[in-house]
Amino acid sequence: MKKFGSVLLTLALAGSVLAGCGQNAQQAPTASAGDQANNAAQAPAEQEEKTEELSGEVLIAGSSTVYPITIIAAEKFMEENPGVNVSVASTGTGGGFKKWQVGETDINNASSKIKDSVIEEAKKHGIEPLELTVAYDALTVVVNKENDFVDSMTVEELKKIWEPNSTVKLWSDVREGWPKEEIKLYGPGTDSGTFEYFTEQIVGEAKSSRTDYTPSEDDNVLVQGVAGDKYSLGYFGYAYYAENSDKLKAVPIVNPETKEAVMPSDEAIENGTYKPLGREIWIYPSKQALKKPQVAAFVKFYMENAAEYAKEAGYTPLPAEKYDVERKELEEALKALQ
Amino acid sequence: MTKLRKIKDVFFKWLFFAATAFGMLSLVVLVVDILYQGLPRLSWEFITNFPSFNPDKAGIKAAILGSVWVIGLTAPMALFLGVATALYLEEYAKKNWFTRLIQTNISNLAGVPSIIYGILGLALFVRAMKLGPSILAGAFTMALLVLPIVVVAAQEAIRAVPQTLRHGAYALGASKWQTIRGIVLPSAAPGILTGMILSLSRAIGETAPLVVVGAFVFVRFAPTDPLDKFTVLPIQIYSWVSQPKAAFHELAASGIIVLLIVLLLMNATAVLLRNKYQKRF
Repeated sequence: MKKFGSVLLTLALAGSVLAGCGQNAQQAPTASAGDQANNAAQAPAEQEEKTEELSGEVLIAGSSTVYPITIIAAEKFMEENPGVNVSVASTGTGGGFKKWQVGETDINNASSKIKDSVIEEAKKHGIEPLELTVAYDALTVVVNKENDFVDSMTVEELKKIWEPNSTVKLWSDVREGWPKEEIKLYGPGTDSGTFEYFTEQIVGEAKSSRTDYTPSEDDNVLVQGVAGDKYSLGYFGYAYYAENSDKLKAVPIVNPETKEAVMPSDEAIENGTYKPLGREIWIYPSKQALKKPQVAAFVKFYMENAAEYAKEAGYTPLPAEKYDVERKELEEALKALQ
Repeated sequence: MTKLRKIKDVFFKWLFFAATAFGMLSLVVLVVDILYQGLPRLSWEFITNFPSFNPDKAGIKAAILGSVWVIGLTAPMALFLGVATALYLEEYAKKNWFTRLIQTNISNLAGVPSIIYGILGLALFVRAMKLGPSILAGAFTMALLVLPIVVVAAQEAIRAVPQTLRHGAYALGASKWQTIRGIVLPSAAPGILTGMILSLSRAIGETAPLVVVGAFVFVRFAPTDPLDKFTVLPIQIYSWVSQPKAAFHELAASGIIVLLIVLLLMNATAVLLRNKYQKRF
């Protein structure tokens, strides 16, 4: 019976370990999210015309921004091709390319363009990329809901805040008339494509940023941070703002060409006025992987339906003619591989 | 003088109680919060469905099976290697500087952050041994991760077996191996099992090393082979937590409840096993 005590201890210890994990899940839920995805789940089951049964696996890693679109494509593809296993990991653009360049994955999701160093490293392993744009995303700069003084920001102001060795400590350092309150900064971690794209567009050099901000690879942590602090500022992909627009305020960004402040929205991204933070997001199948029939079939399927899936995941689809261009590129690449 | 002594007495009693209450209270708050968020979405479908982009159809079948596979392979590896190492160190090795060096290393390894094991696993099992991001590579990595804990626990259990028992066995003419098999191991088994439970509890909640090894998140098939790709419960939970849609955060809470239940069941099984062993001696 004496041992019973140590059993309890075991349970308590195990419990506390788990409770620690649980902390991550403390995000307050908002009602009614996900309802819209309800009806769309039923994929049209028209697989009669399929000629031969595909099998094998398709391995995908990379950007967490592209992940929600890719899993829709993966799930619908597997409904029509039950013999194929499509597995998707969410590793961040950079982490995904490290696996992709040595051939451990077939496709990489990316929210920033492939780098020359990755292309070179991949070449050593006999791997070549094919770049396919799947949707638009708007990097969204957000402030607290109670922030009533920020009505727009310019690229220069953002640069002043985010550049390395920035001297901005107070809001009043950014623009005269703004309160003398400390500005609390939240942003994605350095392995993220969002970080890379933002720094490239705003600071002028990819991955060049001040370092004294609160970074997180988990965008919901950034949402919580900005939502909980009146004088905070952060940036992340539009989907996270859209789901939390009751808790956050998006900052209209002044378009450097027209000098007009533009709110991030589907229209603004599509007609190109949301600049410079409107961006494309990509998938990078390797040409070698495309030789496998199941990978080629999946990428084709993805690109045929990308507009629908992008919309469902909360992103802005490309104009139809742009998808045609991407599909043509894919067709040509596939033909060249035969 | 006496008065101060009494005040101190009461003060420390309440101080210690407050310390205990603090820990318990935070635990209760966490568990209640998780139950509140997670219970509405907890259903049989949640257990038997594969993950989905649609939160109403998403489940954790692949994650549960993945966790069972990984832990199922980790346990025998860690048990065998761990107990063998502990037996060598306690029963065979001479107590010299070399043994002490090994001993110090094992204790240090128990404190190495788990992600380091992940990096080792990626380089060694996934790439050098070309196992790919498979269940087997994950299980090897996990076995390495828990090995130091198992070794230390097993050593302590073996050390706790009274010398008189061993001497009795030798006096009856038993060989060293006979003594270990017949006397030392059965007496130490409950302690060894406790170490195993503790270490597997750690392994089942680990995310970081398996992310590095290359576990996937969105897996819609049941693994049937140690070389299959996989995901595990904590990774599934983590990925739901970082989704933009709030419905996925609720799913994460449901996943945490399941993980808790799985863990309690594992521990209960081990307790039963242990008690059974105990009654024989």
